[in-house]
Amino acid sequence: MTRWKPDLRDADTTPEALYLRRRDFLRLGAAGAIGAAAAGIPLPASAGADDPAGEVLQTAATVNQAGGEKPTSWKSVTTYNNFYEFATTKEDPAHLAGALKTRPWTLAIEGEVKKPQLIGIDDILRMFPLQERIYRFRCVEAWSMVVPWVGFPLGELIRRLEPTSKARYVLFQTLLDPAQMPGQRSRSLEWPYTEGLRMDEAMNPLTFLTVGLYGRVLPNQNGAPVRVVIPWKYGFKGPKSIVRMRFVEEQPKTTWWRMAPGEYGFYGNVNPAVDHPRWSQAKERRLGDFLRRETLPFNGYAAEVAGLYAGMDPRKLY
Amino acid sequence: MAPLPPKSRTAQRWIKPVAISALLLPLAKIGWDAFAGGLGANPVEAVQNRLGFWAITLLAVSLVPTPAKELLGVGWLQRLRRVLGVTAFAYALLHFLFYVGVDKFFDWRTISTDLTKRPFIMVGFAALLCLTPLAITSTDGWVKRLGFKAWKRIHRFAYLAAALAVVHFVWRVKADLRRPLLFAAIFLVLLAARLPGWVRAARRR
Repeated sequence: MTRWKPDLRDADTTPEALYLRRRDFLRLGAAGAIGAAAAGIPLPASAGADDPAGEVLQTAATVNQAGGEKPTSWKSVTTYNNFYEFATTKEDPAHLAGALKTRPWTLAIEGEVKKPQLIGIDDILRMFPLQERIYRFRCVEAWSMVVPWVGFPLGELIRRLEPTSKARYVLFQTLLDPAQMPGQRSRSLEWPYTEGLRMDEAMNPLTFLTVGLYGRVLPNQNGAPVRVVIPWKYGFKGPKSIVRMRFVEEQPKTTWWRMAPGEYGFYGNVNPAVDHPRWSQAKERRLGDFLRRETLPFNGYAAEVAGLYAGMDPRKLY
Repeated sequence: MAPLPPKSRTAQRWIKPVAISALLLPLAKIGWDAFAGGLGANPVEAVQNRLGFWAITLLAVSLVPTPAKELLGVGWLQRLRRVLGVTAFAYALLHFLFYVGVDKFFDWRTISTDLTKRPFIMVGFAALLCLTPLAITSTDGWVKRLGFKAWKRIHRFAYLAAALAVVHFVWRVKADLRRPLLFAAIFLVLLAARLPGWVRAARRR
């Protein structure tokens, strides 16, 4: 089993004297790079973005729930993002998301719940011990990765909020702020991004309220400061940069479902047998692999979640 | 202002080799980026997209010389018409071969389903099929064999290929239609630019 934990200690901190001379080092590096380029030696693209960066989060435990597979590189996970609030390309969110202010940030808890409230992001971070979960991540576009997320099960938070008996679904909404999210200035999707889960899906122990990645604070392009990860569903089911959780009676009208109901259902469960109308879902390309691999039913989490859908027509679960 | 026609002999001699080299640059860039790790997290998708982008772009560019001559009196671009069209076809063919041999890695079952049941792939393939006879008949010999009139008529399939390529592009994206619609607009302008010429030709007949 692959286990990953933060392996930096205080002693690993760069000495201040060296830190203050960092620009000299960069200049030296630049001179070296120009020299190498002149000599025709190929250079790695944008060196430096290869290693995890950002504030370290303390995690209590690490569980690899990706069959022991090694996580996809930090660089790939943080530079290949579908985050239409910033841009519709995969590369641009990493360039544009820096402007997003993740402090202060509040998550509004509304609807059929005994304790409606506003929770600040720092309170969320302190609410439960943080864990690391290594999950498979499967995009509806037939690519996938393995991601070490940091957070805690969403169900723990929901239990504390005490939903009423009328709460059958939970609706999530992403921040709506075109000033910070340039993608929202065009009507590529209906904003704000809205997603939803059935209560039992939201309470499933796999459903993860996520605040970090690779032991660090979640990078903005990955949905900072807080997002939901549902590993047996296609990526679009996982709302990013959420500001609202509303407990409701009716099945939420989710963003992609409104956009193309025949292509993106409410459930969005990973299913190799149900193709997207425009492409096959039978196989996927893990980022970093050359060949495609077979897609697993429920993205490999059938043992944990197939029971949620007993008696339902699996063809309606895309 | 139309660019000045290259009058000198040197310019005449160099225009084609220069154009061919320029048209191969996108391919060279793909090769370089593949070598230097510049294709991002999903290199297969990146190459596939770039080949498709250059196919549709060069198809548009190949439709410029004729209206440029008819409407603006810029004749020298005519010399590039064939090389532009053939390179557009070459990029389209590479785009398809890359899909078969790399993206799907000869997974014939998926490929045959794609080509028979998925309109997104079918229209892309139809665009390639439209361009194939044009590439084959692009030689002087074929122009003579067919006669210029028939040859011209056949080569109007380029506009059908353009329409199919735009539909393929529209179906490729999930929500953001700006780029495919930009190509649709460009092709419509290029088509409209041919209309005065066609009307004149029809009146003469």
